[in-house]
Amino acid sequence: MDVSAPFRDPGISRLIVGKIAGIAGELDDRVKIMDFCGTHEWTITHYGIRSLMPENVELVAGPGCPVCITPGYYVDVAVKLAMEGVRVFTFGDVYRLPGSSKGAPRNLEEARSEGADVRIVYSVADAVKLSSDGKESVFLAVGFETTAPATLSPIYRGAVPDNLSFIVVHRLTPPITKYVLENYPQSPIRGIIAPGHVSAITGAAEWKFVAEDYGIPVVVSGFEPVDILLSILEILRQVRDGRAELVNEYSRVVRWEGNLRAKGIMRSTCEVVEAGWRGIGFVPESGLRLRKGYSRYDALVRYGVPELSKEAWLEDLPPGCRCAEVTLGMAKPADCPLFRKVCTPERPYGPCMVSSEGTCLIWAKYGGDELLRGLREEFEPT
Amino acid sequence: MCLGIPGKVVEVRDRIAVVDFGGVLREVDATLEEVNPGDYVIVHVGVIISKMDPETARETIEAWEEMIRTLEES
Ligand code: SF4
Repeated sequence: MDVSAPFRDPGISRLIVGKIAGIAGELDDRVKIMDFCGTHEWTITHYGIRSLMPENVELVAGPGCPVCITPGYYVDVAVKLAMEGVRVFTFGDVYRLPGSSKGAPRNLEEARSEGADVRIVYSVADAVKLSSDGKESVFLAVGFETTAPATLSPIYRGAVPDNLSFIVVHRLTPPITKYVLENYPQSPIRGIIAPGHVSAITGAAEWKFVAEDYGIPVVVSGFEPVDILLSILEILRQVRDGRAELVNEYSRVVRWEGNLRAKGIMRSTCEVVEAGWRGIGFVPESGLRLRKGYSRYDALVRYGVPELSKEAWLEDLPPGCRCAEVTLGMAKPADCPLFRKVCTPERPYGPCMVSSEGTCLIWAKYGGDELLRGLREEFEPT
Repeated sequence: MCLGIPGKVVEVRDRIAVVDFGGVLREVDATLEEVNPGDYVIVHVGVIISKMDPETARETIEAWEEMIRTLEES
Protein backbone atom coordinates (compact mmCIF):
# COMPACT_ATOMS: atom_id res chain seq x y z
CA MET A 1 0.00 0.00 0.00
CA ASP A 2 1.20 3.49 -0.82
CA VAL A 3 0.02 5.64 2.05
CA SER A 4 0.81 8.83 0.19
CA ALA A 5 -0.89 7.93 -3.09
CA PRO A 6 -3.92 10.23 -2.54
CA PHE A 7 -1.42 13.07 -2.09
CA ARG A 8 -0.38 12.66 -5.71
CA ASP A 9 -3.90 12.49 -7.07
CA PRO A 10 -4.34 14.78 -10.09
CA GLY A 11 -8.10 15.12 -9.44
CA ILE A 12 -7.55 16.44 -5.93
CA SER A 13 -4.71 18.64 -7.17
CA ARG A 14 -6.96 20.18 -9.80
CA LEU A 15 -9.61 20.92 -7.20
CA ILE A 16 -7.13 22.66 -4.92
CA VAL A 17 -5.56 24.66 -7.76
CA GLY A 18 -9.05 25.95 -8.54
CA LYS A 19 -9.56 27.04 -4.92
CA ILE A 20 -6.16 28.70 -4.84
CA ALA A 21 -7.07 30.74 -7.90
CA GLY A 22 -10.40 31.68 -6.32
CA ILE A 23 -8.90 32.95 -3.09
CA ALA A 24 -6.00 34.69 -4.82
CA GLY A 25 -8.58 36.58 -6.86
CA GLU A 26 -10.02 38.03 -3.65
CA LEU A 27 -6.64 39.45 -2.59
CA ASP A 28 -5.58 42.86 -3.87
CA ASP A 29 -1.86 42.49 -3.36
CA ARG A 30 0.93 40.09 -4.12
CA VAL A 31 1.59 37.19 -1.81
CA LYS A 32 5.10 35.83 -1.50
CA ILE A 33 5.34 32.37 0.05
CA MET A 34 8.66 30.85 1.05
CA ASP A 35 9.20 27.12 0.83
CA PHE A 36 11.98 26.48 3.25
CA CYS A 37 13.06 23.03 2.28
CA GLY A 38 15.06 21.90 -0.74
CA THR A 39 12.87 18.85 -1.11
CA HIS A 40 9.79 21.08 -1.27
CA GLU A 41 11.52 23.15 -3.93
CA TRP A 42 12.12 19.94 -5.83
CA THR A 43 8.42 19.00 -5.71
CA ILE A 44 7.38 22.53 -6.70
CA THR A 45 9.74 22.65 -9.65
CA HIS A 46 9.43 19.03 -10.72
CA TYR A 47 5.63 19.13 -10.83
CA GLY A 48 5.52 22.62 -12.32
CA ILE A 49 3.56 23.98 -9.36
CA ARG A 50 4.85 27.52 -9.93
CA SER A 51 3.18 27.53 -13.29
CA LEU A 52 -0.14 26.67 -11.66
CA MET A 53 -0.07 29.68 -9.36
CA PRO A 54 -2.19 32.75 -9.99
CA GLU A 55 -0.21 35.79 -11.04
CA ASN A 56 -0.20 37.39 -7.62
CA VAL A 57 1.12 34.32 -5.79
CA GLU A 58 4.87 33.92 -5.85
CA LEU A 59 6.74 30.91 -4.47
CA VAL A 60 10.33 31.52 -3.44
CA ALA A 61 12.86 28.98 -2.27
CA GLY A 62 14.43 29.45 1.15
CA PRO A 63 17.64 28.39 2.86
CA GLY A 64 16.67 24.73 2.98
CA CYS A 65 19.73 23.17 1.36
CA PRO A 66 22.18 22.10 4.06
CA VAL A 67 24.97 21.40 1.60
CA CYS A 68 24.66 24.87 0.03
CA ILE A 69 25.02 26.64 3.37
CA THR A 70 27.93 24.56 4.66
CA PRO A 71 30.84 27.02 5.00
CA GLY A 72 33.68 26.32 2.58
CA TYR A 73 35.99 26.32 5.60
CA TYR A 74 34.84 22.85 6.68
CA VAL A 75 35.38 21.47 3.19
CA ASP A 76 38.90 22.94 3.31
CA VAL A 77 39.51 21.18 6.62
CA ALA A 78 38.25 17.86 5.26
CA VAL A 79 40.34 18.23 2.09
CA LYS A 80 43.44 19.05 4.12
CA LEU A 81 42.98 16.04 6.40
CA ALA A 82 42.32 13.83 3.38
CA MET A 83 45.55 15.00 1.74
CA GLU A 84 47.39 14.23 4.96
CA GLY A 85 46.26 10.62 4.80
CA VAL A 86 43.10 10.62 6.89
CA ARG A 87 40.22 8.75 5.32
CA VAL A 88 37.23 11.06 4.82
CA PHE A 89 33.65 9.85 4.72
CA THR A 90 30.75 11.98 3.58
CA PHE A 91 27.36 11.94 1.89
CA GLY A 92 27.24 12.00 -1.91
CA ASP A 93 25.92 15.56 -2.07
CA VAL A 94 29.00 16.91 -0.31
CA TYR A 95 31.55 15.19 -2.53
CA ARG A 96 31.75 17.95 -5.12
CA LEU A 97 31.02 20.87 -2.79
CA PRO A 98 33.71 23.50 -3.37
CA GLY A 99 35.74 24.70 -0.41
CA SER A 100 36.77 28.31 0.03
CA SER A 101 40.45 28.04 -0.81
CA LYS A 102 41.64 29.26 -4.14
CA GLY A 103 44.23 26.53 -4.37
CA ALA A 104 43.74 22.91 -5.32
CA PRO A 105 42.21 20.53 -4.50
CA ARG A 106 38.99 22.51 -4.47
CA ASN A 107 36.77 19.75 -3.16
CA LEU A 108 36.81 16.16 -1.94
CA GLU A 109 36.35 14.83 -5.45
CA GLU A 110 39.58 16.49 -6.56
CA ALA A 111 41.34 15.34 -3.40
CA ARG A 112 40.38 11.80 -4.27
CA SER A 113 41.63 12.09 -7.81
CA GLU A 114 44.93 13.17 -6.29
CA GLY A 115 45.08 9.97 -4.32
CA ALA A 116 43.29 10.80 -1.06
CA ASP A 117 41.03 8.20 0.52
CA VAL A 118 37.55 9.74 0.25
CA ARG A 119 34.47 7.56 0.59
CA ILE A 120 30.88 8.40 -0.16
CA VAL A 121 28.55 6.62 2.23
CA TYR A 122 24.80 6.35 2.42
CA SER A 123 24.64 6.36 6.21
CA VAL A 124 26.75 7.10 9.27
CA ALA A 125 26.34 3.43 10.18
CA ASP A 126 28.25 2.52 6.99
CA ALA A 127 31.15 4.74 8.05
CA VAL A 128 31.12 3.20 11.52
CA LYS A 129 31.24 -0.28 10.01
CA LEU A 130 34.04 0.56 7.57
CA SER A 131 36.06 2.16 10.37
CA SER A 132 36.35 -1.13 12.22
CA ASP A 133 39.62 -1.57 10.27
CA GLY A 134 41.23 0.93 12.65
CA LYS A 135 42.27 3.51 10.04
CA GLU A 136 42.22 7.20 11.09
CA SER A 137 38.94 8.48 9.69
CA VAL A 138 36.80 11.59 9.67
CA PHE A 139 33.15 12.05 8.78
CA LEU A 140 32.21 15.41 7.30
CA ALA A 141 28.73 15.60 8.83
CA VAL A 142 26.44 18.22 7.30
CA GLY A 143 22.67 18.48 7.49
CA PHE A 144 19.77 19.96 9.39
CA GLU A 145 17.84 18.53 12.33
CA THR A 146 16.68 15.68 10.11
CA THR A 147 20.23 14.40 9.72
CA ALA A 148 21.87 15.39 13.01
CA PRO A 149 20.41 12.48 15.03
CA ALA A 150 21.87 10.01 12.52
CA THR A 151 25.34 11.37 13.35
CA LEU A 152 24.75 11.82 17.05
CA SER A 153 22.92 8.61 17.91
CA PRO A 154 25.94 6.29 17.37
CA ILE A 155 28.13 8.78 19.27
CA TYR A 156 25.64 8.85 22.12
CA ARG A 157 25.45 5.07 22.26
CA GLY A 158 29.22 4.69 22.27
CA ALA A 159 29.04 2.75 19.01
CA VAL A 160 31.78 4.77 17.28
CA PRO A 161 35.31 3.31 17.18
CA ASP A 162 38.19 5.46 18.53
CA ASN A 163 39.67 6.04 15.07
CA LEU A 164 36.54 7.77 13.72
CA SER A 165 35.74 11.40 14.50
CA PHE A 166 33.35 13.97 13.07
CA ILE A 167 33.46 17.45 11.59
CA VAL A 168 30.02 18.45 12.85
CA VAL A 169 28.41 21.09 10.62
CA HIS A 170 24.82 20.41 11.61
CA ARG A 171 22.63 23.49 11.41
CA LEU A 172 19.22 24.35 12.84
CA THR A 173 16.34 25.60 10.75
CA PRO A 174 14.06 27.70 12.99
CA PRO A 175 16.96 30.08 13.82
CA ILE A 176 17.78 30.72 10.15
CA THR A 177 14.10 31.27 9.40
CA LYS A 178 13.99 33.81 12.20
CA TYR A 179 17.14 35.40 10.81
CA VAL A 180 15.59 35.76 7.36
CA LEU A 181 12.41 37.28 8.79
CA GLU A 182 14.38 39.71 11.01
CA ASN A 183 16.95 40.81 8.46
CA TYR A 184 15.05 41.06 5.23
CA PRO A 185 11.81 42.85 6.06
CA GLN A 186 12.02 44.64 2.72
CA SER A 187 11.08 41.40 1.06
CA PRO A 188 7.86 40.63 2.83
CA ILE A 189 7.12 36.95 3.14
CA ARG A 190 3.42 36.36 3.72
CA GLY A 191 3.54 32.66 4.38
CA ILE A 192 6.02 29.91 5.13
CA ILE A 193 5.90 26.29 4.08
CA ALA A 194 7.86 24.68 6.90
CA PRO A 195 10.08 21.65 6.31
CA GLY A 196 8.36 18.31 6.88
CA HIS A 197 11.21 15.99 7.68
CA VAL A 198 13.01 18.52 9.84
CA SER A 199 9.75 18.80 11.76
CA ALA A 200 9.53 15.01 12.15
CA ILE A 201 12.48 15.53 14.51
CA THR A 202 11.85 19.00 15.96
CA GLY A 203 8.08 18.71 16.13
CA ALA A 204 5.56 20.98 14.41
CA ALA A 205 5.29 23.11 17.55
CA GLU A 206 8.79 24.45 16.91
CA TRP A 207 7.34 26.69 14.15
CA LYS A 208 4.78 28.44 16.33
CA PHE A 209 7.00 31.52 16.59
CA VAL A 210 6.47 32.30 12.91
CA ALA A 211 2.76 32.83 13.47
CA GLU A 212 2.94 34.22 17.00
CA ASP A 213 5.96 36.53 16.81
CA TYR A 214 5.84 37.56 13.16
CA GLY A 215 2.14 37.24 12.33
CA ILE A 216 2.91 35.02 9.33
CA PRO A 217 0.89 31.89 8.46
CA VAL A 218 3.04 28.76 8.60
CA VAL A 219 2.20 25.25 7.44
CA VAL A 220 4.31 22.15 8.07
CA SER A 221 3.99 20.34 4.78
CA GLY A 222 4.55 16.92 3.28
CA PHE A 223 6.38 16.43 -0.01
CA GLU A 224 3.75 15.28 -2.49
CA PRO A 225 2.15 17.80 -4.86
CA VAL A 226 -1.17 17.68 -2.99
CA ASP A 227 0.65 18.37 0.28
CA ILE A 228 2.25 21.49 -1.15
CA LEU A 229 -0.93 22.70 -2.85
CA LEU A 230 -2.93 22.25 0.37
CA SER A 231 -0.29 24.19 2.26
CA ILE A 232 -0.45 27.05 -0.23
CA LEU A 233 -4.25 27.04 -0.06
CA GLU A 234 -4.16 27.17 3.73
CA ILE A 235 -1.70 30.07 3.72
CA LEU A 236 -3.85 32.03 1.25
CA ARG A 237 -6.98 31.43 3.31
CA GLN A 238 -5.24 32.77 6.38
CA VAL A 239 -3.92 35.79 4.48
CA ARG A 240 -7.40 36.54 3.18
CA ASP A 241 -8.94 36.21 6.65
CA GLY A 242 -6.17 38.21 8.31
CA ARG A 243 -5.10 35.28 10.47
CA ALA A 244 -1.70 33.78 11.22
CA GLU A 245 -1.64 30.26 12.57
CA LEU A 246 0.51 27.17 12.60
CA VAL A 247 -1.03 24.21 10.79
CA ASN A 248 0.46 20.74 10.55
CA GLU A 249 -0.56 19.44 7.14
CA TYR A 250 1.93 16.55 7.37
CA SER A 251 0.38 15.03 10.50
CA ARG A 252 0.69 11.54 9.02
CA VAL A 253 4.41 11.81 9.77
CA VAL A 254 5.01 14.85 11.98
CA ARG A 255 3.98 14.86 15.62
CA TRP A 256 3.37 18.06 17.48
CA GLU A 257 6.25 17.37 19.86
CA GLY A 258 8.50 15.67 17.27
CA ASN A 259 10.84 12.77 17.94
CA LEU A 260 11.61 13.06 21.64
CA ARG A 261 14.30 10.41 21.61
CA ALA A 262 16.19 12.16 18.81
CA LYS A 263 15.82 15.53 20.48
CA GLY A 264 17.10 14.07 23.75
CA ILE A 265 20.20 12.70 21.99
CA MET A 266 20.88 16.05 20.31
CA ARG A 267 20.60 17.85 23.64
CA SER A 268 22.79 15.38 25.51
CA THR A 269 25.62 15.33 22.98
CA CYS A 270 25.64 18.92 21.68
CA GLU A 271 25.36 22.50 22.70
CA VAL A 272 23.63 25.04 20.52
CA VAL A 273 26.03 27.72 19.28
CA GLU A 274 26.21 30.73 17.01
CA ALA A 275 27.30 29.23 13.71
CA GLY A 276 28.38 30.16 10.20
CA TRP A 277 26.17 29.79 7.12
CA ARG A 278 27.86 29.98 3.76
CA GLY A 279 27.35 33.30 2.02
CA ILE A 280 25.16 34.49 4.88
CA GLY A 281 27.40 34.80 7.94
CA PHE A 282 27.04 33.93 11.59
CA VAL A 283 23.55 33.24 12.83
CA PRO A 284 22.74 33.09 16.56
CA GLU A 285 21.92 29.71 18.10
CA SER A 286 21.87 28.00 14.74
CA GLY A 287 24.52 25.27 14.99
CA LEU A 288 25.36 22.16 16.99
CA ARG A 289 28.74 21.57 18.58
CA LEU A 290 29.75 18.43 20.46
CA ARG A 291 29.87 18.93 24.22
CA LYS A 292 33.12 18.54 26.16
CA GLY A 293 32.22 15.04 27.28
CA TYR A 294 32.09 13.95 23.62
CA SER A 295 35.07 15.93 22.34
CA ARG A 296 37.02 12.76 21.53
CA TYR A 297 34.62 12.40 18.61
CA ASP A 298 35.21 15.99 17.49
CA ALA A 299 37.62 15.95 14.54
CA LEU A 300 38.52 19.62 15.06
CA VAL A 301 39.64 18.86 18.60
CA ARG A 302 41.38 15.65 17.60
CA TYR A 303 43.47 17.26 14.86
CA GLY A 304 43.94 20.61 16.58
CA VAL A 305 42.03 22.56 13.92
CA PRO A 306 40.42 25.80 15.15
CA GLU A 307 36.63 26.16 14.90
CA LEU A 308 35.50 28.69 12.33
CA SER A 309 35.15 31.91 14.29
CA LYS A 310 33.12 35.00 13.63
CA GLU A 311 36.33 37.02 13.53
CA ALA A 312 37.87 34.76 10.89
CA TRP A 313 34.71 34.70 8.77
CA LEU A 314 35.42 35.41 5.15
CA GLU A 315 33.16 35.66 2.17
CA ASP A 316 33.44 32.10 0.91
CA LEU A 317 31.34 32.03 -2.21
CA PRO A 318 33.23 31.89 -5.48
CA PRO A 319 33.41 35.36 -7.12
CA GLY A 320 30.19 36.27 -8.92
CA CYS A 321 28.12 33.47 -7.40
CA ARG A 322 24.77 34.71 -6.06
CA CYS A 323 23.98 31.60 -4.10
CA ALA A 324 23.47 33.55 -0.85
CA GLU A 325 20.72 35.69 -2.37
CA VAL A 326 19.17 32.63 -3.98
CA THR A 327 19.25 30.91 -0.61
CA LEU A 328 17.59 33.84 1.13
CA GLY A 329 14.83 34.03 -1.45
CA MET A 330 16.09 37.40 -2.75
CA ALA A 331 17.13 36.23 -6.20
CA LYS A 332 16.22 33.48 -8.60
CA PRO A 333 18.89 31.27 -10.15
CA ALA A 334 18.13 32.84 -13.53
CA ASP A 335 19.16 36.22 -12.06
CA CYS A 336 22.72 34.90 -11.78
CA PRO A 337 24.67 35.63 -14.98
CA LEU A 338 26.64 32.43 -14.50
CA PHE A 339 23.55 30.22 -14.29
CA ARG A 340 23.63 27.50 -16.96
CA LYS A 341 26.52 29.24 -18.68
CA VAL A 342 29.57 29.00 -16.46
CA CYS A 343 27.78 27.09 -13.73
CA THR A 344 26.09 23.87 -14.83
CA PRO A 345 25.05 20.59 -13.21
CA GLU A 346 27.98 18.91 -14.98
CA ARG A 347 30.48 21.53 -13.88
CA PRO A 348 29.08 23.26 -10.80
CA TYR A 349 30.76 26.54 -9.93
CA GLY A 350 28.79 27.59 -6.86
CA PRO A 351 27.45 25.51 -3.96
CA CYS A 352 23.76 25.84 -4.97
CA MET A 353 24.56 23.90 -8.16
CA VAL A 354 26.10 20.94 -6.32
CA SER A 355 23.49 19.45 -4.05
CA SER A 356 20.34 17.74 -5.29
CA GLU A 357 18.56 20.23 -3.06
CA GLY A 358 20.36 23.30 -4.32
CA THR A 359 17.91 25.69 -5.92
CA CYS A 360 20.21 26.34 -8.89
CA LEU A 361 20.63 22.64 -9.63
CA ILE A 362 16.90 22.00 -9.32
CA TRP A 363 16.10 24.86 -11.68
CA ALA A 364 18.79 23.84 -14.14
CA LYS A 365 17.52 20.26 -14.20
CA TYR A 366 13.78 20.65 -13.95
CA GLY A 367 13.03 24.03 -15.37
CA GLY A 368 12.14 26.63 -12.77
CA ASP A 369 10.39 29.30 -14.81
CA GLU A 370 10.21 27.14 -17.87
CA LEU A 371 7.13 25.19 -17.24
CA LEU A 372 6.24 21.58 -17.38
CA ARG A 373 3.40 22.06 -19.78
CA GLY A 374 2.08 18.55 -19.65
CA LEU A 375 1.47 18.64 -15.94
CA ARG A 376 0.06 22.09 -16.17
CA GLU A 377 -2.59 20.85 -18.54
CA GLU A 378 -3.23 17.86 -16.33
CA PHE A 379 -3.70 20.00 -13.26
CA GLU A 380 -5.46 22.94 -14.88
CA PRO A 381 -8.89 23.47 -13.33
CA THR A 382 -11.59 22.47 -15.73
CA MET B 1 19.50 15.92 1.92
CA CYS B 2 16.33 15.87 3.98
CA LEU B 3 14.86 13.33 1.66
CA GLY B 4 12.80 10.82 3.61
CA ILE B 5 12.04 7.52 1.96
CA PRO B 6 8.81 5.78 2.91
CA GLY B 7 8.88 2.05 3.57
CA LYS B 8 7.25 -0.71 5.57
CA VAL B 9 8.87 -2.55 8.46
CA VAL B 10 9.18 -6.29 7.84
CA GLU B 11 11.24 -7.38 10.81
CA VAL B 12 12.83 -5.85 13.89
CA ARG B 13 15.86 -7.24 15.70
CA ASP B 14 17.65 -5.41 18.40
CA ARG B 15 18.10 -1.87 17.10
CA ILE B 16 17.93 -2.83 13.44
CA ALA B 17 14.80 -2.99 11.31
CA VAL B 18 14.43 -4.62 7.93
CA VAL B 19 12.38 -2.23 5.80
CA ASP B 20 10.66 -2.93 2.51
CA PHE B 21 11.07 -0.05 0.05
CA GLY B 22 8.69 -1.05 -2.72
CA GLY B 23 10.18 -4.54 -2.97
CA VAL B 24 13.78 -3.72 -2.03
CA LEU B 25 14.70 -4.83 1.48
CA ARG B 26 17.24 -2.87 3.50
CA GLU B 27 18.46 -2.91 7.07
CA VAL B 28 18.05 0.43 8.78
CA ASP B 29 18.72 1.92 12.20
CA ALA B 30 15.69 1.74 14.49
CA THR B 31 17.10 3.42 17.57
CA LEU B 32 15.13 6.65 17.32
CA GLU B 33 11.66 5.23 16.95
CA GLU B 34 9.83 2.28 18.53
CA VAL B 35 8.67 0.21 15.53
CA ASN B 36 6.97 -3.11 14.88
CA PRO B 37 6.55 -5.25 11.78
CA GLY B 38 3.81 -3.76 9.61
CA ASP B 39 4.53 -0.14 10.58
CA TYR B 40 4.98 2.41 7.81
CA VAL B 41 8.07 4.52 8.39
CA ILE B 42 10.11 7.37 6.94
CA VAL B 43 13.82 6.59 6.56
CA HIS B 44 16.49 9.26 6.25
CA VAL B 45 20.18 8.40 5.65
CA GLY B 46 19.58 4.88 6.91
CA VAL B 47 17.72 5.89 10.06
CA ILE B 48 14.00 5.65 10.84
CA ILE B 49 13.08 9.22 11.82
CA SER B 50 9.32 8.77 12.11
CA LYS B 51 6.39 6.48 11.60
CA MET B 52 3.79 7.24 8.96
CA ASP B 53 0.24 6.69 10.04
CA PRO B 54 -2.14 5.53 7.25
CA GLU B 55 -5.16 6.36 9.40
CA THR B 56 -4.02 9.98 9.82
CA ALA B 57 -3.24 10.17 6.10
CA ARG B 58 -6.82 9.21 5.33
CA GLU B 59 -8.20 11.67 7.87
CA THR B 60 -6.04 14.47 6.48
CA ILE B 61 -7.36 14.00 2.97
CA GLU B 62 -10.95 13.77 4.23
CA ALA B 63 -10.61 16.86 6.40
CA TRP B 64 -9.22 18.91 3.51
CA GLU B 65 -11.87 17.70 1.13
CA GLU B 66 -14.41 18.82 3.68
CA MET B 67 -12.70 22.19 3.93
CA ILE B 68 -12.66 22.59 0.17
CA ARG B 69 -16.36 21.77 0.02
CA THR B 70 -17.06 24.40 2.66
CA LEU B 71 -15.15 26.91 0.56
CA GLU B 72 -17.36 25.92 -2.32
CA GLU B 73 -20.48 26.88 -0.40
CA SER B 74 -19.20 30.12 1.11
S1 SF4 C 1 24.06 29.50 -10.80
FE1 SF4 C 1 25.97 28.79 -9.83
S2 SF4 C 1 27.18 30.63 -9.59
FE2 SF4 C 1 25.06 31.31 -9.96
S3 SF4 C 1 24.14 31.51 -7.91
FE3 SF4 C 1 23.72 29.44 -8.59
S4 SF4 C 1 25.39 28.20 -7.72
FE4 SF4 C 1 26.07 30.35 -7.66
